[in-house]
Amino acid sequence: MTAVKTENLTYTYGIGTPFEKTAVNDVNLEIEQGELVGIIGHTGSGKSTLIQHLNGLLKPTSGRILIDGADIWDKSANRRDVRFKVGLVFQYPEYQIFEDTVEKDIAFGPKNMGLSDDEIKKRVIETAEIVGLSPEILTKSPFELSGGQKRRVAIAGVMAMEPSVLILDEPVAGLDPRGREKILAQIKTYHAKKNATVLLISHSMEDVARYASKILVMNEGSVYCYEDTPIVFSKAEELAKMGLSVPQITKVFLKLKERGFDVRTDIYTIDFAIKKLLEMKN
Amino acid sequence: MLKDITIGQFFPGNSLLHKLDPRFKIIITGIFIAMLFAAQTFTALIPGVVFMIIGYAASKIPFSLMIKSLKPIIPIIIFTSILNLFFLDGIVIFKLWIIKITYDGVTYTGMMIIRIIALIAGSSLLTYTTSPIALTDAIESLLSPLKKIKFPVHELAMMMSIALRFIPTLIEETDKIMSAQKARGADMESGGLIHRAKALTPILVPLFVSAFSRAMELATAMECRCYRGGEGRTRLKQLSSSARDYLTTSFSLIFLNMVFLLNVYMAG
Repeated sequence: MTAVKTENLTYTYGIGTPFEKTAVNDVNLEIEQGELVGIIGHTGSGKSTLIQHLNGLLKPTSGRILIDGADIWDKSANRRDVRFKVGLVFQYPEYQIFEDTVEKDIAFGPKNMGLSDDEIKKRVIETAEIVGLSPEILTKSPFELSGGQKRRVAIAGVMAMEPSVLILDEPVAGLDPRGREKILAQIKTYHAKKNATVLLISHSMEDVARYASKILVMNEGSVYCYEDTPIVFSKAEELAKMGLSVPQITKVFLKLKERGFDVRTDIYTIDFAIKKLLEMKN
Repeated sequence: MLKDITIGQFFPGNSLLHKLDPRFKIIITGIFIAMLFAAQTFTALIPGVVFMIIGYAASKIPFSLMIKSLKPIIPIIIFTSILNLFFLDGIVIFKLWIIKITYDGVTYTGMMIIRIIALIAGSSLLTYTTSPIALTDAIESLLSPLKKIKFPVHELAMMMSIALRFIPTLIEETDKIMSAQKARGADMESGGLIHRAKALTPILVPLFVSAFSRAMELATAMECRCYRGGEGRTRLKQLSSSARDYLTTSFSLIFLNMVFLLNVYMAG
């Protein structure tokens, strides 16, 4: 089933001013339900603009967006309901925290959905568990927490709405390696538990390689390609032209091949590399 | 969207107006305002309006931008026009029940509309063509005589430039926070006054938090670079005036004189 679909989606900023710029240009996409998609692209390639269309925050200059087959800009459509269905976590989401306790802040989304108090409580506890926040933190002020914890509170705030499509714009930017690992694993948990569609913008090819089943490559406002992970990372040269790269481990194997070793080049995670190397050894 | 506001924005360029010394630009803006307010008749308003049009032509700022900057003041214009149109005494030209329109009312309203539009559009040229930094430098320079009476001119100018510098940043920040809260289903467009005021909390709290932390960071960064006020401070870009600046100022003074002459001539 198609969860997210765009038809000729185009968005132009500042029409009629000297700053006019087409950020997203004629994007046609079809994302299947339950997919975990990595979105990569150079800064200014239109990734962030694109995802803000998917939950109706930006209105396309032209084109359509369909969520579960329904046009979100249809006259009868309610954009607020779309936002509960398509959860969007912005870059540095900890800046959106405003309540005096962690619990209340996570509950903001569910409360806006008009859920019962029991249901809200249940969801807060459940999502806090997914993102690894211990129960005693729930009653604390979010402003006392560390950067990584704040980030997880903010992500939990969106997850608590239980969106069937979860979009995250660089969720691990600016965190230490352990914090990155944790959050990515938690996103994966949410993906598996709720059978949700997840779209993940990232600048780290390693992260995308490890978690995403498909990759969407954006270049200068257009979709360059949308393919399975191995296919995308086999285009190392084309990616380099766009200022992108492939995971380090893939680079290692490409260099080995260049020097005459008979190795595969569709290797993009370390685990897979080890497996293949051991196979070759035996 | 908030980003569409153009009043006070700076549009980089290379025109005559961009190159003028900002101090003279402020003085000329003052002269321009005097032109508009000294005018007592329609005819006397002409020099001011013509001066503004010449200014726009010389600045190469697109005319559409000026129209856009006027949009937010339309309600003010309509409101004051209605007040002036119906409540001024004089020779009655139209009367219906208790509503009466006078000749004086019509002329006064017409003049006022032209005045407000020219005032906003004309003085916007100052900020369109002058970077905020240049503007505050100019203010500091123009106010420097006040240093003699221990008025903290430099500190005032520094505060102004920091404030101006952060307006776009804060607007962007507000936009971002609003989007983030909308994504969590915050409802800011419906409901009564109290409901709407309450709906602002999720925006104002994060905005204040980030504004304060930004201020702290800026203060630290300034201290790290040994900032300690204006005493003995030199500038990278020195303000310098040339013949061009004096000529333009004289040109504006000619227009101001024309207003006075027209006032006298039309009255006599």
